[in-house]
Amino acid sequence: MTANTVAISPQGYLQAQSRWHPLEFAFWLATLLPFVLFPDYLSLASQIAITALFALSLDIILGYAGIVSLGHAAFFGIGAYSAGLLSKYGWGEPLSGLIIAATVAGLVGFAVSFIISRFRHFTLIMITLGLGLLAFEAANRAHWLTGGSDGLQGISMWPVLGLFRFDLYGYTAYTYSLATLFLVFLGVRRLINSPFGLALRGIRENWVRMPAIGADSRAHIRKAFTIAAAIAGLAGAVLAQTTENVSLESISFQRSADVLVMLVLGGAGRLYGGLIGAIIFMVARDQFSGIAPQYWYFWIGVLLVTVVMVLPNGILGGLSHFYARRKRK
Amino acid sequence: MSAPALSTRGLSKAFGSLPVARDIAINLPVGARYALIGPNGAGKTTLINLMTGMLTPNAGQILLGEEDITALGPQERVRRGLARTFQINTLFAGLNALEAVTLAVTERRGRAGRFWRGVGSDSETIDEAYDILRKLKLGDSCYQVTRELPYGRQRLLEIALALATKPKVLLLDEPAAGVPPEESGEVFEAVAGLSDDLTLLFIEHDMHVVFRFASHIIVLVGGSIFTEGTPAEIAADAGVREVYLGKRKHG
Amino acid sequence: MLLPVFGVLFDGIAYGMLLFVLSVGLSVTLGLMNFVNLAHCAFAMLGGYVAITLVNDFHWPFLGTLPAAFAAAAIVSVVFERALYRRLYRASDLDQVLLTIGLAFISVAVAAYVFGTTQQPVETPALLRGTIDILGLGLGKYRLFLIGIALAVTLLLVAGLEYTRFGAQVRASVDNQRMARGLGIDVDRTFASTFALGSGLAGLGGALAIEIVGLDPNFAFTYLVYVLIIVSVGGLGSIAGSFAAAILIGVSDVAGKYYAPELGAFLIYLVMVAVLMWRPAGLFGRR
Repeated sequence: MTANTVAISPQGYLQAQSRWHPLEFAFWLATLLPFVLFPDYLSLASQIAITALFALSLDIILGYAGIVSLGHAAFFGIGAYSAGLLSKYGWGEPLSGLIIAATVAGLVGFAVSFIISRFRHFTLIMITLGLGLLAFEAANRAHWLTGGSDGLQGISMWPVLGLFRFDLYGYTAYTYSLATLFLVFLGVRRLINSPFGLALRGIRENWVRMPAIGADSRAHIRKAFTIAAAIAGLAGAVLAQTTENVSLESISFQRSADVLVMLVLGGAGRLYGGLIGAIIFMVARDQFSGIAPQYWYFWIGVLLVTVVMVLPNGILGGLSHFYARRKRK
Repeated sequence: MSAPALSTRGLSKAFGSLPVARDIAINLPVGARYALIGPNGAGKTTLINLMTGMLTPNAGQILLGEEDITALGPQERVRRGLARTFQINTLFAGLNALEAVTLAVTERRGRAGRFWRGVGSDSETIDEAYDILRKLKLGDSCYQVTRELPYGRQRLLEIALALATKPKVLLLDEPAAGVPPEESGEVFEAVAGLSDDLTLLFIEHDMHVVFRFASHIIVLVGGSIFTEGTPAEIAADAGVREVYLGKRKHG
Repeated sequence: MLLPVFGVLFDGIAYGMLLFVLSVGLSVTLGLMNFVNLAHCAFAMLGGYVAITLVNDFHWPFLGTLPAAFAAAAIVSVVFERALYRRLYRASDLDQVLLTIGLAFISVAVAAYVFGTTQQPVETPALLRGTIDILGLGLGKYRLFLIGIALAVTLLLVAGLEYTRFGAQVRASVDNQRMARGLGIDVDRTFASTFALGSGLAGLGGALAIEIVGLDPNFAFTYLVYVLIIVSVGGLGSIAGSFAAAILIGVSDVAGKYYAPELGAFLIYLVMVAVLMWRPAGLFGRR
């Protein structure tokens, strides 16, 4: 792109960055299609929305602040178990359950953020892995609380807003998940386009320069991590409520690894990357659910190698690169 | 007598058994234009790293004005008015110049924690950022992403980022390093145009530049101060010439 | 008569020695180039399957397959290093993690396809079967052999590092890469050689592991976690560190299974996180 962008004022330029692109409207309208086109797949659609929300939360720390976490499912699981336990012990109101679960996950995230913000590179990767595995083991061992490998039973949700029961066909579930995803997305979009979002990008772009401009990178990371943990917990809570079940899978390494793959596939640091990645990954997994897990992971492996060697910024990165080159011609 | 803008006392640092700074004492009066010269490996960048807090000294003190900043972290020192540029571009490659300087100004104003309002809503900050860019002739390329800027412009952006922190003391590490001759003039004009209350210490290898801009020269050799004085004194100093004898002039 | 606890200790040390052989290569390459190779245990798995094929299909003696496993893993690692890894030396941590995990996934699928998903047995020589009685304790001959091999490897590595020119180059590069380059050391080539050596050792470890823990396609991931823990706790680039950490983890794991099975892996993860928080570069690491 040439430097000649006509006489747009600096403020105008920065404001234009956060303006909604027509494709975004198209995307969100398209999320309503499953109601009409795939009414038999609404449970899957709900799962996709939940996973997309989870991927969005990881994007905040990975795509924007540059923190590689191999244990993010810990917060997803904490949110899921919190929401599940709340219902199991008598409080089945969905919306307040979400808020409480997200808060619990956020508080744990806040505590952990003090550890996370002090390390980088390999040490940080190993610490996130270790903490994630610890969370899994804790959930696994605490049968009395979590049900261990049998999963958490006895969840029963009250109707949303007192009106909408979680039905077998998934209409309520998908509406609920999608609405949560959209609302949180609006918030995250705001965050990304805020001064804080710019600071996170600064951290990702050049860690060394940040203190040299007077920035307290660690404080920024703690804040971003806490927010990401709360949103991940929120996603987990939605899963617990819509499926009325919580299993160890929600806090497993597999979930942490899968969401990382989705985010990288779609393109980290591009807001929609996690959403696109989640859609493609989950649809593909549903279509290929018959094959043995190791062969599924074979293709994931091929995908990862391809993305790293050929499409470093994922699908969205590749598309924007392609589009930018076409514009030059 | 007012305190110097920046001073160090007995500053020493060693990596294991390798000393890189020996008992360094420097005094920069307010508004000074001091140059720090010396052969490669003399420890000039190390000294800047010590002053800015990127390295912890083994002994000694650093004072900014009257305040002892030795125990403060790098961002704290920047907040108190001590800024630096890097010899090798340390820029936000994926941000454009406007975003980068806006970020720096935002941090200075303590508004970087805000996540509910857009970057574009803070007109004061943006105006200040654009102003800095304009003064360094970066205004018309400010929407271009940093990694696509020509090298000379990137060096100017280095300075812009430092200026955005409204420093009282600015340490420039080879500001025109690697800049092709056609563009280095711009960089030096920028340096020359800096305000008179700003105290400058710059590392430089090009003696023409040193003699043109500096009022006082400090010569660093092997981690300790070899000698210091006015440009005339240094030019006449046989010891200094000997230290540089046989050493090729590096850009 | 020796108490059973010594038996547990012996088993733990043997297991630790196996883990050491598996881990030392990763520790050195991480310390050398900060290249995160999560496919490391896939090379170990390769060594194991090479050994199995040679014994079961080609009737090689088990002991003869050990150098073959080493060589196979080393050669394959050279191929990967040339084709893929080389381009990512200066890439981000994330890219390295993703590429190597992807390769590990692929290797698991290939192994499952070729060898099936069940554990493969291998016939060890009669020499190594059974136990030797020492002070009333039956010490497994295979485990003694394992300890012997691991100690021999350790000695060779340490001697190699200290007394050969190549070893000096490795030490210099681990210590300060920029300065090493400045001195004219071809750090990239040193890394490639070290990487081959480390992967070869992993392959050897994989072959040795069959008798102790069994070999199935999931080996590449099951033991990756242990190896990563050993490397991060022991310290990147430190042979002594890997040795100490491997013994610590080996003994803890065996003792844990014997005395406190409910604790399981929890303790090991906790130890790792705690050590890393206290010493981010590992117990014996630098930086």
